[in-house]
Amino acid sequence: MDFHFTSEEQAFRDEIRTFLDEHLPESIPEDDSDFIRTWNEKIREKRWVGFNWPPEYGGGGGDVVRQFILKEEMSARRAPALGIDFMGLTWVGPAIIAHGSEEQKAEHLENILDGTSHWCTGYSEPDVGSDLAALQCRAELDGDEYVINGQKIWTTSAQIASHIFMLVRTDPDVAKWKGITCLLLPMDSEGIEIQPIENLSGKASFCQVFFNDVRTPVTNRLGAEGEGWRVVMGALANERSGISESTEMERHLDQIRDLARGSKRNGRPALEDAGVRRRLSDMEIRIEAMRLTGLRHLTDQLNGRPSGSETAINKLQRGILEFDMSELTLELLGSAAQHQGTLQGETLSWHGTVIGGGSPNIQRNIIGERILGLPKD
Amino acid sequence: MNFGFTEEQDFLRDAVRKFVDERCPIAQVRELMATPDAYSAELWSEMAALGWLGLLVPEEHGGAELSWVDFVVLLEETGRTVLPSPLVSTALATTAVLNAGSPEQQRRWLPGFADGSAIGTLALLEEDDVPGAVGVALEAEVEGDDHVLRGTKNFVADIGAADLFVVAYRVRGDLALAVVPATADGLSCESLRSMDETKRTGTLRLDAVRVAPADRLEAAPGGETVDFLFDCGAVAVTAEALGAAEGALDVTVQYAKDRVQFGSPIGRYQGVKHRLSDIWVDTESIKSLVYYAAWAIENSRAELPRYASLAKAYVADAFSRIGVDCVQLHGAVGYTIEYDIQLYLKRSKWVRPMFGDADYHRDRLAALRFDS
Repeated sequence: MDFHFTSEEQAFRDEIRTFLDEHLPESIPEDDSDFIRTWNEKIREKRWVGFNWPPEYGGGGGDVVRQFILKEEMSARRAPALGIDFMGLTWVGPAIIAHGSEEQKAEHLENILDGTSHWCTGYSEPDVGSDLAALQCRAELDGDEYVINGQKIWTTSAQIASHIFMLVRTDPDVAKWKGITCLLLPMDSEGIEIQPIENLSGKASFCQVFFNDVRTPVTNRLGAEGEGWRVVMGALANERSGISESTEMERHLDQIRDLARGSKRNGRPALEDAGVRRRLSDMEIRIEAMRLTGLRHLTDQLNGRPSGSETAINKLQRGILEFDMSELTLELLGSAAQHQGTLQGETLSWHGTVIGGGSPNIQRNIIGERILGLPKD
Repeated sequence: MNFGFTEEQDFLRDAVRKFVDERCPIAQVRELMATPDAYSAELWSEMAALGWLGLLVPEEHGGAELSWVDFVVLLEETGRTVLPSPLVSTALATTAVLNAGSPEQQRRWLPGFADGSAIGTLALLEEDDVPGAVGVALEAEVEGDDHVLRGTKNFVADIGAADLFVVAYRVRGDLALAVVPATADGLSCESLRSMDETKRTGTLRLDAVRVAPADRLEAAPGGETVDFLFDCGAVAVTAEALGAAEGALDVTVQYAKDRVQFGSPIGRYQGVKHRLSDIWVDTESIKSLVYYAAWAIENSRAELPRYASLAKAYVADAFSRIGVDCVQLHGAVGYTIEYDIQLYLKRSKWVRPMFGDADYHRDRLAALRFDS
């Protein structure tokens, strides 16, 4: 156990700080796509986009410790995300690197790094949520093309995506996870229809996607036919230490502190109220536990033991935190919480964060069955 | 950056687990807790021979010169079966001597702690139970070179077993620490029955106990040492409680696999399964906090107060809930003296106030974060 960084790692941290001092503006423009593009080009030059990808595919070849340092520094300074095409960078790219043909690598990887593609992910279907292996969206081989018919739902960002990374059923006659295949599809393929779904904050963050006789060449298949389950499980294992999440939570805690400083309880700043202080401390405790648990998983990765179901720990901790933070924010706002505003909107978004990637009860099933060895229900 | 254990630490964990399984399984624990001082001299000397009592003692004084991270591994494993022993108390007395004792004093006391011939404990708290230097009010009278103590120290752990007491008091308002033997004139001990029968605490009465200069720990400022000892105590108790929480989880998971109702093991039902999963999330999160806190004791002392508070605040509440829920998940048998789960429930109640309860540590965290 040693939490010190080597002098090379420290130098890398200094390099990031110097870069941020030089290039990151004091106030970062919000929703300014020109700024985001220019910023992405600058960090692309440093090879910090796809920092953990192998250099031969345009990545930075960074190890997990440097990756941790990079995320921590970027997040602490509220720099824009490391790259534009989030899903492309996080699981589509790594899956293509692991299973893709040379043509697929050439076609997609650079675009993901440049942020000129925008991937969405087609897993869930109307009757298939947590039981993903039961998916039914069908793809049948016709010559050298697949013909796709079916529907996906809860597809985040489908309305703005250029491509979809999707799972389809190619063989209905074998055990359910054996008949699944992974496809890489342009969203402008003929026969794709997109219907945005309004979420409870009134925004369209996810969609229904319909496939009616959509034809795509076999060369858009990732991995072998029937190997889709394996491709996706590997992709899910990428990038789940949750470290950047704890930095994000830490920033959120500072926001609530400022709110508590400005609002009153019994005629005094709420930040002096013992009850408020103890609740803030509870949040600090969970955030730090998340950060350190992330570091433990990181060490496991360094030692060649990739994280599996353990990542559910931070998913559950984050769920509790998001809820507590939302509630305290609204309480501190008092009656003003009823009016629409930025903070009020943010407190509604936790419902999405908590459910995305598997609701808390699904995480509890995973832990109970895979880790504690309790019988499946 | 490496948040993992060394191969030696993994060996230590395996060795302790094996020792506990063979030499002090829970049936043995029940026998030990019925003895007056809730410990076995035989087991204690075996642990000394294995080098575990001198884990924190430098080699030159007969110890293994290992770290607090190693010690936390030891406590986590002995905590699994709520093994009764003055391990935490003696390690804290060792830490007091290491931190504030002169080289001469270290030579005098540390070898005894390491070889098991001396059991030490802290006598810091007073009646109002304030866990920090500010809670020390006992004022010594100065007579010539000696300090004379008249008063009471409360909630002293392992009071009946201890040979040496590290007593905190004040001299003209300044904090002082001294090592006082159990045989000192004017010293008397009253060991009280505890709800957790695997632990003993009691009241130390000091009736004109004389402390000579040679017995006073003056190599570091008294107040700082006392606060440091409270933080180390919080880390040690958290580590032991973590092991106990893992033990309670193991026992209850096993019960949930064995107990059949409505034609199925109860562990299949989500009402049972999900609570057990939450307990596992708690124990894993406590691990992260307490391992780091233990590392900070020797490697990043400025961070220790914050991490000791993070860890103890988490465990105090989480383990209390775990104790209650694990009894409940057992149903009626959980309420019997026969089933072991009650031992863990009682341990959780012992852990809560030790070295500061959850609210004390939350308040301290808030002060560190918002007021400085």
